[in-house]
Amino acid sequence: MKEFVPAGADLELRGIRKEFPGFTAIENLDLHIPAGEFFALLGPSGCGKTTTLRIIAGLEEPTSGQVLIGGKDVTFTKPHERPVNTVFQSYALFPHMSIIENVAFGLRRQKIADPLAKAMDALNLVELGHIAQRRPQQLSGGQQQRVALARALVNRPSLLLLDEPLGALDLKLRRQMQIELKAIQMEVGLTFLHVTHDQEEAMDMADTVAVMNRGRIEQMGAPEALYERPKTSFVAKFLGQSNIFVGEIADSNSETLSISVAGSRISVPKARAEKQAGKIAIGVRPEKAQFHREAPADASDRNILGPGVIKDIRFTGVSNQYLIEIPNVGDVTVFAQNVGISPVIELGEKVWVSFKVEHAFGLADLPVGDED
Amino acid sequence: MAIAGFNTSAAPKQSSTPLKTGKFVWVLLLPGLLYLGMFFMVPLVSLLITSVETPDASGAIGMYQYGFDLSSYQHVVIDYLPQIGRSFGYAFLATVFALLISYPLAYFVGVKLRTRPLIQKLTLTLVVAPFFISFLLRTIAWKQIFADDSVTMGFIRNLFHLDQTFHFLGTPGAVVWGLVYNFIPFMTLPLYTSLERLDLRLLEAAGDLYASPASVFTKVTLPLTMPGVISGTLLTFIPITGDYVNASRDFLGSSDTSMIGNMVQADFLQNSDYPSASAMSAVLMGVILLIVTIYVRRTGTEDLL
Repeated sequence: MKEFVPAGADLELRGIRKEFPGFTAIENLDLHIPAGEFFALLGPSGCGKTTTLRIIAGLEEPTSGQVLIGGKDVTFTKPHERPVNTVFQSYALFPHMSIIENVAFGLRRQKIADPLAKAMDALNLVELGHIAQRRPQQLSGGQQQRVALARALVNRPSLLLLDEPLGALDLKLRRQMQIELKAIQMEVGLTFLHVTHDQEEAMDMADTVAVMNRGRIEQMGAPEALYERPKTSFVAKFLGQSNIFVGEIADSNSETLSISVAGSRISVPKARAEKQAGKIAIGVRPEKAQFHREAPADASDRNILGPGVIKDIRFTGVSNQYLIEIPNVGDVTVFAQNVGISPVIELGEKVWVSFKVEHAFGLADLPVGDED
Repeated sequence: MAIAGFNTSAAPKQSSTPLKTGKFVWVLLLPGLLYLGMFFMVPLVSLLITSVETPDASGAIGMYQYGFDLSSYQHVVIDYLPQIGRSFGYAFLATVFALLISYPLAYFVGVKLRTRPLIQKLTLTLVVAPFFISFLLRTIAWKQIFADDSVTMGFIRNLFHLDQTFHFLGTPGAVVWGLVYNFIPFMTLPLYTSLERLDLRLLEAAGDLYASPASVFTKVTLPLTMPGVISGTLLTFIPITGDYVNASRDFLGSSDTSMIGNMVQADFLQNSDYPSASAMSAVLMGVILLIVTIYVRRTGTEDLL
């Protein structure tokens, strides 16, 4: 009888490429996830994130490249021989087995001692011990999801893969599961790789987020770093919202770069710009921008745009989202905390928009439609 | 009993809401009930009555009168014991062979060809294609192929250095061959319907949970396609036990391979021994019913009946 191999292992992908007939799902992917980390792979559907996960699980073979788990090359190892377990998007619970047998399945295959007791412990961890004898089809979506999690966790894999497991749950249950999942990960100390298209979920749960687009990783880092300093227009728009202004560099000094947009000067600190010459895109998050009823006084540390008119106001409870149309610039979004009593401003009112230079970020590329 | 497999999952119970059974329902049921009564119940009762008839007092051949005479049963069970044994023996062997051939075939069509629907449909058509030609003609074709002086047999004798007197036609092997051949579509189609619906993500999940390909098959694929296996084996086993074509002297068999069906045919059409033929039929039905009940109980699929 075998016992568990404890602790998570690190994962390394080297030059992974995957081609399907007619398209390339992943182009040259390099990735290193340290042991014990909660890592999120974030991207829109069709970006290659699920294919990456399937390659790590052994369900697909890469066209080229290597997969290393705990330093061991497992590129051509069959799924059942990898120390990896997956929580599938569809849960994939076995309909012909009871819940407890579903959970004990992996333990039985590995001939681990006392599978039923260990399966019961895992079910108790996800608070489903009382329905151990039921069949999967008698459970709700949230319960099935927890069983799928218990079925994977019970094996204490070096690496746990989560394929959008919360996708089918309603918002409230999803939040609850996110908290539970994070708590479980901290408790068991395994390496989690979470694939999702939900940016809030990724930022909320992961230590490190990698944003994937068209088979490549666009940017990787801590959620805060990714949000505060997006490097590409894709990341700026996919992870939260951004106002992006494009123009030729008109002026630069030792600390800032400036572009001219419809007569207004927009500056970005050099240290926050990915590109230092030619046509660049400067962005700012909507909650970092403010609007003013009167023209603000010129200040070197603020970018000022306008005047424009309030085109749309969306009340979301915690904050209001204002869409301001500025002639020759386009629409600018401003989020303002709902601290007063709404509405503080009417549609069609004339306003100026400003934001601090230090909050701006310069992107490495130009948004689609603004390329040279 | 349906050709298609049934769902393993506990079917939602609908009995909780009592249906209104108005008079109209009976009107709709009437044609079916009449049909069953006239073509199933009446012949069955007639068969059972005939089986207990006794020879006419006049002693004329083929003339019987009613009398609760069970001697026909005694006669068939004792005298036709070899035929009864052969019927169930051949049926068992042919069902096992048909399953061994059909499962991989149905798996290939239902699972491997899923990504190519056109080829899948064509292959399925090929499985059913033999039905386009009469069952009898196809069996006669095998008779030609296995005839002692046929090219095939000459080739086989030379290939395996067999004695020139070696023959295949008329042996139990030829009969089982014919039965397997003729009943393969009945096995393949229910297996196909089960395998075609098999959720491949479950197989991936099993592999992910450390199951080797062999245990993926025994722990997941086979249990989930068991409904197809049960329907397929029943649809082959039951008709094969009553088959009288393959085992007959005119086709692939000889007097040493006769099955229950051949005895019923001979008693009825040649010997005019109607009570014996009826008793034999009743015995066959009884034994099949018993075997099927035990089989279905043991595999836990009562909802099929």
